Amino acid sequence: MAISKVVKGSAEACKGVQSGMTLMLGGFGLCGIPECSIAELVRMEVKDLTCISNNAGVDDFGLGLLLQKRQIRKMISSYVGENDEFERQMLNGDLEVDLIPQGSLAERCRAGGAGIPAFYTPAGFGTEVANGKEVRDFNGKPHVLESALTADVAFVKAWKGDKAGNLIFKATARNFNPMMAMAGKITIAEVEELLPEGALNPNEIHTPGIFVQRIFQGENYDKRIEQRTVRPRQIESNG
Amino acid sequence: MLDKNGIAQRIAQEVRDRWYVNLGIGIPTLVANYIPDGMDVEFQSENGILGMGPFPMDGDEDADLINAGKQTITAMPGAVYFDSATSFAMIRGQHVQLTVLGAMEVAQNGDIANWKIPGKMVKGMGGAMDLVASAENIIVAMMHTNRAGDSKLLKACSLPLTGVGCVKRVVTNLAVLDIQGGAFHLVERAPGVSVDEIIAATDGTLVVPDDVPEMQIS
Repeated sequence: MAISKVVKGSAEACKGVQSGMTLMLGGFGLCGIPECSIAELVRMEVKDLTCISNNAGVDDFGLGLLLQKRQIRKMISSYVGENDEFERQMLNGDLEVDLIPQGSLAERCRAGGAGIPAFYTPAGFGTEVANGKEVRDFNGKPHVLESALTADVAFVKAWKGDKAGNLIFKATARNFNPMMAMAGKITIAEVEELLPEGALNPNEIHTPGIFVQRIFQGENYDKRIEQRTVRPRQIESNG
Repeated sequence: MLDKNGIAQRIAQEVRDRWYVNLGIGIPTLVANYIPDGMDVEFQSENGILGMGPFPMDGDEDADLINAGKQTITAMPGAVYFDSATSFAMIRGQHVQLTVLGAMEVAQNGDIANWKIPGKMVKGMGGAMDLVASAENIIVAMMHTNRAGDSKLLKACSLPLTGVGCVKRVVTNLAVLDIQGGAFHLVERAPGVSVDEIIAATDGTLVVPDDVPEMQIS
């Protein structure tokens, strides 16, 4: 029998999340974000959060909901456009922001979950993100020392999951979720479909359940599209 | 003079069969529209797809399938999805043959600035620093001058850098230029643009050969 990680819903899943904690939240833009957990964090009114997330949502969705309630003290991200409330709080000095290259952010999470305390990367050499960091040449090229990131709690969103916490993501909604699942001291996974043990093919699992401490069936997914870009349908001609 | 589509069309001529290509947001995205039929090219988007296809038909858009510009896209047959760490392993590990991105400034030593204007809202660098630090083949797609009419091809960048000494080629609305030995080298003129116009619009050191052919854009 697999070890069960199943909890009833977002309220039970988020038990123990406290003000002042460092959280990781998966997603790229609004794609693959843990919607139900974010809604729960808003309800819990936890404050002074440090949020590690590639983006900061939009004004009225994603992490924007936590920003509206001023629950975030610091954001660690690679790109934070598309959010006016974020801009106001940052310019007022109410919100601390640490911007880091996207690949370094992903690798720092992966390293944190994999027991690698730091690594060298060419990204950011000669720019302000390298300020104060060790630089070392490898193969004649300068590299910057970047440290691992971990979180008190990591929130991830998957397409399918099972009782053991094994996860499968859909399309580009995978993004940062697998690395953040690894880097959380407690990782909370919400899924669109929670399936019984044995329902997932072990060959096709993206995140092994060992990285997940709590899993719950999410509900009422909004899955908003940030930039709807389409081609017009060609009108079928009968001629 | 070229418009944005013209710049994209000229850059598409740089793409070779069997290349993996990462296209940035803006003009670079348009390059995909001009790849010749029969050429096998796969587009990588750093949020986690290789084999990116065109925008979906109206009504077929999927919130779980986007590019790095957060636009809804489609996946080509043979496409693959992956996580962000794997995506940047492809980029840093030099498995992607060509990176095309936009810029606010390019310097004659190959430095690029495209992520931050001091005193204004900072949106962040996204994946640009990882891309320019690692790619062997970086082409910048941009207008030759900014909205104020000032040159974007400079002796040294004035804005905070995205990467150092990394840009090899720049395609603008006026010209194709290579960066070699600390100078811009004029390679081609855009249709109807004179060498003098390009010299006037270029702030950095510009090496002009005796013969500067006009771009061949169909």
